[in-house]
Amino acid sequence: MVPLSWYLVLSAVLFCLGVSAFLLKRNIITIFMSIELMLNAVNLSFVAFANQFHNLDGQVFVFFVMVVAAAEAAVGLAIIIAVFRTRETLNVDRVNLLKL
Amino acid sequence: MNQPALNLWIIPVLPLVGAAINGLFGRRFKNSMVSAVALLFTAASLAYAVWVALQWWGHTEPYVQSLGDWISAGGFHAPFGFYLDRLSTVMMLIVTGVGFLIHVYSVGYMAHEGGYYRFFSYLNLFMFFMLTLVLANNYLLMFVGWEGVGLASYLLIGFFFHKDSAADAGKKAFIVNRIGDFGFLLGMFLLIGMFGSLNFEAVFGPLKTYSPELHWGILTATALLLMVGATGKSAQVPLYVWLPDAMEGPTPVSALIHAATMVTAGVYMIARSSPIFSRAPHALEIVALVGAITAIFAATMGMAQTDIKRVLAYSTISQLGYMFLACGVAAYAAGIFHLMTHAFFKALLFLGAGSVIHAVGGEQDMRRMGGLRKLIPVTFWVMTVATFAIAGFPPLSGFFSKDEILWRTYLNSPVLWFIGVVTALLTSFYMFRLWFMTFFGDLRLGEVDIGEEAHKADAPVQAQHAPAAHSHGHGAEEHGHSGVHESPWIMLAPLVILAILSVVGGWVGIPAALGGSSHFEHFLAPAIQAPLTAEAGEATARLELTFAGISVAAALIGFFFAWLLYYKRPELPDRITARIHGIYLLVLHKYHIDEGYDQLFVKPLLALSTYVFWRGVDQEIIDGTVNGAASASQQLGRGLRQMQSGNIRSYAAWVAAGGAAVIVYMIWLGVGK
Amino acid sequence: MLHQVLFIIFGLICVGGAINLLVQRHPINSALSLVVVMGALSLIYLLLGAEFVAAVQVIVYAGAVMVLFVFVIMLLNAGAEERSRGSHVALWIGGPGVVVLAGMIVYLMFRNDKHFTPVTIGSFPAQPDNTHSLADLLFKKFLLPFEITSVLILIAIMGAVVLARRES
Repeated sequence: MVPLSWYLVLSAVLFCLGVSAFLLKRNIITIFMSIELMLNAVNLSFVAFANQFHNLDGQVFVFFVMVVAAAEAAVGLAIIIAVFRTRETLNVDRVNLLKL
Repeated sequence: MNQPALNLWIIPVLPLVGAAINGLFGRRFKNSMVSAVALLFTAASLAYAVWVALQWWGHTEPYVQSLGDWISAGGFHAPFGFYLDRLSTVMMLIVTGVGFLIHVYSVGYMAHEGGYYRFFSYLNLFMFFMLTLVLANNYLLMFVGWEGVGLASYLLIGFFFHKDSAADAGKKAFIVNRIGDFGFLLGMFLLIGMFGSLNFEAVFGPLKTYSPELHWGILTATALLLMVGATGKSAQVPLYVWLPDAMEGPTPVSALIHAATMVTAGVYMIARSSPIFSRAPHALEIVALVGAITAIFAATMGMAQTDIKRVLAYSTISQLGYMFLACGVAAYAAGIFHLMTHAFFKALLFLGAGSVIHAVGGEQDMRRMGGLRKLIPVTFWVMTVATFAIAGFPPLSGFFSKDEILWRTYLNSPVLWFIGVVTALLTSFYMFRLWFMTFFGDLRLGEVDIGEEAHKADAPVQAQHAPAAHSHGHGAEEHGHSGVHESPWIMLAPLVILAILSVVGGWVGIPAALGGSSHFEHFLAPAIQAPLTAEAGEATARLELTFAGISVAAALIGFFFAWLLYYKRPELPDRITARIHGIYLLVLHKYHIDEGYDQLFVKPLLALSTYVFWRGVDQEIIDGTVNGAASASQQLGRGLRQMQSGNIRSYAAWVAAGGAAVIVYMIWLGVGK
Repeated sequence: MLHQVLFIIFGLICVGGAINLLVQRHPINSALSLVVVMGALSLIYLLLGAEFVAAVQVIVYAGAVMVLFVFVIMLLNAGAEERSRGSHVALWIGGPGVVVLAGMIVYLMFRNDKHFTPVTIGSFPAQPDNTHSLADLLFKKFLLPFEITSVLILIAIMGAVVLARRES
């Protein structure tokens, strides 16, 4: 008998940790990983609500989120590789060619 | 009513058409074409005016023709309306008649000037506005004419606009007039407030039920404000300063506008508003006082002037003072009578002076004239008639009108009468001074060396014929005696006509005491609501005769002194002025009034405009606001640009913060409650 | 009771992994702790009665996506993070932002707890089992999104190939 809010709070905590990592880390790949963490947190929310409302649509949506996350990770990493080739660094502060 | 269709609007519109034709196309016309157009329309207007006058001669009630509303706002209506009663008949005939004569004269006088078409266009335009003024049936349309003549005056005074002095004089005239117009406007507002309309009938009708206002009330205020307007237009103290400077304009302009017609608009307006003034005795007192002060004040200044046109200018101011005085003692008919005779002899004086100037090749300083009587006889004789008329010698016109004014003034206030008599004396003196200096003695062209001091002070009006000499007689020497020639007949004919009018013009107003029957006054009586002179009993008749004698005596004394100082013993004036040097200089410098106005009003206003309005409001506030808005946008942009730092982590931070803000907002909205 | 114990254990593992991800300097350590997080999450899914999702989580997420991450880290030979001058904005705006976010959500969840029924193991039996019903939904109701996501993956593959190719 676990109250639903515990699951949701867990999801929220994971999400916020993901956001913090997103803000604080300097390695591009780590930042990407924090995005994955955020997506996982959201997945947990969906599944919890699917359980709550006895509706499988939530789980289907988790499915789709995973697909999208995978695609996004693939493309994103490809971009990182391309950037690494030119900038020779994975430090996000160095990728600042747009700065005036 | 079996009213004949008089179509009064034709009278002003004809000169307007002439002005338009000359103004728009005149540049390509030959001079003869321009003058033909101008004369044609003016003559047509005159002819029609005469015909209209004859049609309506016997009627005592006014002919009103309304051509539809100009302004219709709420309950207030101002129509394009025309009003023909006896007063406007007289004015209309004076304006068209004298105007036509001056147009004829100008054809000859301006023949060698540039801008010929412009001159006649403006002159016709002036006629249009003046006729609108005298024929209007409501104060607002009269005000249109009022302003319009001011405009025409500005255009014509500044006719030689490339000369700074002329341009400045034009501006001065217009601005000083505006001050008066402001008073006129306020008076009109009060009338609207009291009567809800500016139509003469709507105002004067209800006024019949009013009793005279013995306290300082609203009628007095209205009358005083109207008087302020008249003061500006008719060059009374303290708004007379523009008229001497207006002599910068061509001489026909001075004759028409600043002698015969425009400056008389103020007197006309007061006469027209006689129902108002008659019920505001305090205002009338002030009008009389202003008139008397102006008359004597200007006369003193006229005594010291050396430029022939300046003398006539101050003379005009002085005579206008007489007209004001007449209205001030409720002798409106006498004022209009003097207006008419003055139009004749003053126009004649100015045109004659123009003829003199033309004869001596542009010289205007009387000290350099003299002995012209043999050389330009026709001009001499007409000027003689005019001078005797203005001095008030019977049986010329000026005597009857001036004497009527003085007599009526005496009945009201002996003090003002005395001022009037002294002024008459001074008038006679300076006019004969002009006469003697110009026509008698030896021709002094090019001989007289004018003293430095007097030269600086007087700054005679610049010679208007450009090639003519002013610089210490070099050019004048070229003319010599043989160069002085009589004017062409086209300039002399109007002079002769005006001279005849100056002689006979007064005979319509001979009062009963002197054997006449006051035709003029009775003629105007239905138009002017004022008490008539009591029918002369024996005793009053004798008194009137006595006073007439006193007026003539004053004129004779003036003649005597002028003869003494400027003919018999010409060295006397210099000795006298040396004795009373201080006073003489004061008068010569026109009592420093112009300088006083400059210090009191012009300079502070200029400073206010420059420092407060220009630098302060315009540059600081308005420009500051506009430029400040621009630079504020720039600053904002610069600040916002910081967000686009190119730093990914700061973008991430903004996203996170934004997300948080959205969620907080949604929670606050109640989503998920 | 068991449910709660299990939840707390796996929950703590999740959070611990996430914190480790945050704390570690070398990206490979972060990647491995993320794997741990995903594994623990998969177990929590099981607690919520989503068996298929739990399995897919392990297979796809932990098994494919994270492996991809590890490959890239090894490929690029990413070293430990250097200390570099970061963005002040991140700290000063992002920090409070996160805190506010967390606070709000936690507060909300606890406030609305009374509207929800508690979760028990086995409270969500799908007929005949989870996979079956899920497949039913996926290929009937959500067929179009399903097909579109397959196209999406195709595009992602092509994009990744193109982007990562060495310019020759």
